[in-house]
Amino acid sequence: MDKPFNNKAWFLVLPVVILVAFSAVIPLMTVVNYSVQDTFGNNAFFWVGTEWFQEMITSERFHNSLIRQFMFTGIILAIEIPLGIFVALNMPKKGWGVPVSLVLMSLPLLVPWNVVGTIWQVFGREDIGLLGAALNGMGIDYNYTQNIFDAWATIIAMDVWHWTSLVALLCYAGLASIPEAYYQAAKIDGASRWATFRYIELPKMQRVLLIAFLLRFMDSFMIYTEPLVVTGGGPGNSTTLLSIDLVKMAIGQFDLGPAAAFSIIYFLIILLISWALYTIMTNYDKGESK
Amino acid sequence: MSGATLTHKNNVSLLSRLGISKSGLVMTAYLVFLMLPLYWLLNMSLKTNEEILSTFTLWPDNLTFQNYITIFTDPSWYSGYINSITYVVLNTIISITVALPAAYAFSRYRFLGDQHLFFWLLTNRMAPPAVFALPFFQLYSSVGLFDTHIAVALAHCLFNVPLMVWILEGFMSGVPKEIDETAYIDGYSFPKFFVKIFMPLIASGIGVAAFFCFMFSWVELLLARTLTSVDAKPIAATMTRTVGAAGIDWGVLAAAGILTIIPGALVIWFVRNYIAKGFALGRV
Repeated sequence: MDKPFNNKAWFLVLPVVILVAFSAVIPLMTVVNYSVQDTFGNNAFFWVGTEWFQEMITSERFHNSLIRQFMFTGIILAIEIPLGIFVALNMPKKGWGVPVSLVLMSLPLLVPWNVVGTIWQVFGREDIGLLGAALNGMGIDYNYTQNIFDAWATIIAMDVWHWTSLVALLCYAGLASIPEAYYQAAKIDGASRWATFRYIELPKMQRVLLIAFLLRFMDSFMIYTEPLVVTGGGPGNSTTLLSIDLVKMAIGQFDLGPAAAFSIIYFLIILLISWALYTIMTNYDKGESK
Repeated sequence: MSGATLTHKNNVSLLSRLGISKSGLVMTAYLVFLMLPLYWLLNMSLKTNEEILSTFTLWPDNLTFQNYITIFTDPSWYSGYINSITYVVLNTIISITVALPAAYAFSRYRFLGDQHLFFWLLTNRMAPPAVFALPFFQLYSSVGLFDTHIAVALAHCLFNVPLMVWILEGFMSGVPKEIDETAYIDGYSFPKFFVKIFMPLIASGIGVAAFFCFMFSWVELLLARTLTSVDAKPIAATMTRTVGAAGIDWGVLAAAGILTIIPGALVIWFVRNYIAKGFALGRV
């Protein structure tokens, strides 16, 4: 769409800018402030420059959390995106099944995040949880508080349970926008199911898939409450993801300087990757509107 | 010839019938996977603690509502719900009010730095709440807003307002701008046009945006817990109380969990026809 250039539009965005500046810029400046200073208490701060950043970048603890975080995000994206597409392709298109599946699928998205954690914590326990008891009943030695693999499997299953519907609903919206004529044309051409998917459905879903990918990337990279409730970051530190580590450092140990440097590096990583995805997305929009 | 057509027809109907049953099977399996943990929570909430710990039953032997009664008769429990709903509603109102004009500006005009501003807004959606927890605590303590509903509502604007602008912009861009121009020619002023003509046109978009606002504010806990202690404590934080000296009160914990799902389920029911479009941020 051709948009006129008008700087008066700034008045319309001003409330948002003020509000977000208050709730984002001021706190962020506080973080920056801490990241370059050290204190001996009593609110006496002195300048340390980039010392905390150097410490963080070279610290093993940070590297390990980062690697775990990338592993977690990679695994859940590799499961949720294909599974979401698959579910969307199988969703009913008309009749009573539509509202029923829409409502049931959205339900996990509306569960408070710590309740999600609680649900899976209970569900996976071998004494009172259905999943844990069933697995142990089948002779599989499953215990997410002791075994690292089980802990990872549990938090990944939890995230898949929690968020696959988001991907599926997005794809469903993309699929719903494909005119029936396309399918008829494909049928006349004798296109196989795979060809129909590859050349009609996938291109139409590309845009929503990018949104899904961006949202899932951002949210899984920030995940905190759910794994904390289920595993508490354990066993050992095996499920201590970035946010959990950060909160431990900032509020648990009150290491403000390193925690602030940690925050900024963390934020920059998310920013960089999201910026790349966002650029791909806007370029895609431009290409489509031409 | 007619026989061939008939067989062909039969084949198609058989295939499509098979196709439906296959999709149905996939959907059923997926929905069962989604519902199992919720069913287990519901099951537990209707049992006594003795039954939860001593026997393993798929359905409560002695059905009891005692866990729910405990919650509804104890002010420290139900005030958690009131607190949560208060700040969620406040946040939704604030977010929608400021996001509407901004989304209009982004969808209709180009202006100095618009793309940078849009991306900057989005970056706030990307900011991990863990980064902001401590600074928020200090900021709101210093202005005397600690442990108030408005503090949580404002803090949640951090991620909700950018998302609102994003969603609403998508819906608004779908409205042809000839409508704006016609209204101005007819002598409507901007505010009158916006409220009387434009807002009804994107009513479903506003509904969807409100739903997302509600959802993300309702499910967030890290900031809500950091910014409150007693007076505005959210229900999700109250749940940690069930861990007592005598161990965990599983029944009450499960009942509280079920009760936190109900408002979400109600809201979903109202917006069910728009959910899919809303998740695509109005961009399909």
